Amino acid sequence: MSTTVSANPSDARTGLTLALPALMLFTGVVVIPLAMTVLLSFHDWGQYKGIEPVFILKNWIEIVSDPYYAEMFWRTFRVAVLATLITAVFGVPEAYILNRMQGPWKGLFLLIIIGPLLISVVARTLGWALLFGGNNGLVNKLLMTSGLIASPLRFMFTETGMVIALAHAMMPFMVLAVWTALQRLDPQVENAALSLGAGSFTVIRRIVLPQIMPGVLSGAIIVFSLSASAFATPAIIGGRRLKVAATLAYDEFLNTLNWPLGAAVAVLLLIALVLIVVGSNALIERRYQEMFR
Amino acid sequence: MSLLELDRVGKSFGPNTAVEEFSLAVTKGEFISFLGPSGCGKTTTLQMIAGFLDPSHGTIRLEGKDLVAMPPAKRGLGIVFQSYALFPHMTAAENVAFGLEMRKVPRDERDERVRKALALVGLAGYEGRHPRRMSGGQQQRVALARALVIRPSVLLLDEPLSNLDARLREDMQIELRQIQRNLGTTTILVTHDQIEAMSLSDRIVVMSKGKIEQIGTPQQVYEQPASAFVAQFLGKTNEFAAEVERTAGLARLVAGSWSAPAPAGATGTVTISVRPERISFGSSGLAGRITSRIFQGNHWLFQCDTECGPAIVIRQNDGQPQPDQGETVHLIWQDSDMSLRASVAA
Repeated sequence: MSTTVSANPSDARTGLTLALPALMLFTGVVVIPLAMTVLLSFHDWGQYKGIEPVFILKNWIEIVSDPYYAEMFWRTFRVAVLATLITAVFGVPEAYILNRMQGPWKGLFLLIIIGPLLISVVARTLGWALLFGGNNGLVNKLLMTSGLIASPLRFMFTETGMVIALAHAMMPFMVLAVWTALQRLDPQVENAALSLGAGSFTVIRRIVLPQIMPGVLSGAIIVFSLSASAFATPAIIGGRRLKVAATLAYDEFLNTLNWPLGAAVAVLLLIALVLIVVGSNALIERRYQEMFR
Repeated sequence: MSLLELDRVGKSFGPNTAVEEFSLAVTKGEFISFLGPSGCGKTTTLQMIAGFLDPSHGTIRLEGKDLVAMPPAKRGLGIVFQSYALFPHMTAAENVAFGLEMRKVPRDERDERVRKALALVGLAGYEGRHPRRMSGGQQQRVALARALVIRPSVLLLDEPLSNLDARLREDMQIELRQIQRNLGTTTILVTHDQIEAMSLSDRIVVMSKGKIEQIGTPQQVYEQPASAFVAQFLGKTNEFAAEVERTAGLARLVAGSWSAPAPAGATGTVTISVRPERISFGSSGLAGRITSRIFQGNHWLFQCDTECGPAIVIRQNDGQPQPDQGETVHLIWQDSDMSLRASVAA
């Protein structure tokens, strides 16, 4: 019996053996449930007969043809896009200022910015619910005493409230992505532009922004995909009436008990998100390929 | 009248003084170097001229106008940074054109000037390249073209050659000097490299610990250093302690078995400073033994152990026989080749 084997097959076997635990975990917790969800979306369901393991397109046809679902998907993406825009508009200056801070202030403000990540989403969103809370909510009182609005605005159970709460929850991801891009910037570049006669606004618009744009866009991708698939915030602020894709899937699974329909909603959300994220990523890489060399 | 005037300029950061009492008048077309070790305040001074730092004391005037009150964008100076600080999202031509755009130069003229500036630094044909796709030397040239194209009244260079390898640095030095001569642009170079400062400048400002040690032509600072720091920072030097002895009314300067008539005014203990290449071997003089002899192609480097401590001697490899290691020698030099300083020791 020979114990010597040629090097190559043994190397390949060692590699496979080493990768096996991770591979098994990945297959067990990601691939199999995902495949089962996809399969489930093609099963039939009835009030009295329950789930029937057959292959039909009923759920998919229902989602595509019924405007009720279209409305919910549009709302999901509208809310996510608005939340992304708000995080970009506020997050980019925030990161720029943070990057220019020095000493203990920088650490303190960084902690404040990533603070939302340290608190449970539910607790944070309930905090917003308290602030919004009907006509006597703190936000409305503040806006009315400052004379900005005449009559109270509705925040609870509206898309406005959802966008505000989501933007707050997602802000750290945007700030951190932009901050990372800012740290790669040569600090002398701004001085170079100043010395060539540019005003400080021109420096930010023509020199700083174009260079951190990849950071802003990757932050936007993270915020968008997290917002579009967020569950807790839309569930608490939007309630049972104003549903988004994630809360819709939840309700189909746990309230109506129509698992196959819920699975179809979840799979459609996943496909849409993957397409959007992969597509915009490819666009960004092509647009900025000169800078990533 | 001088173009740029710095009058007793100082800068402190909290309790630390970075630059003190810096006064300098630069005439039009001059090439000035600020030379000193890192932390001597040379870059701080340059940044005050550029406007990125405000001086704590003193005034800076350009063509008679007060610069301190003027924001950097209005000063019209060309600056080349150590890191080049090119705009990575713009092509070489767009980088160079930026300053002209800010000055609202019409498109046709702008394109023409950008083309000429890139040709001047030897980068014709590289207009469409992005900085990340260029070598360090090429990036350096783009940075120079970008600073020159706005026709600055003063060109400020912040250690521009320190990131290049030795050979490229020499080429760039020659090129930089030629471009500066042709355009006649008043230039201030910050460097810690004494060879670079000497080969490029009309005048050198030697700095140490925030203070000016000496201002002079390269030859002056090399041959008549005003302080021990200057003598040591600009090339190698030998220092011997000597006594001025008065016997029979004639004052003589004595170091070991070497002696010479003392110059007028010298008394007590003094320090003699002589460059190694100005020392030769003679039959009488400062006695010593050669401890090592190193052949360096065009010259020999000797290390000697003399009566007054260690010394280095450089002799041209002119085909003459040279003393061997271990040989006893006598070091001699011309009176005009040494400089005297009163010793600090009591």
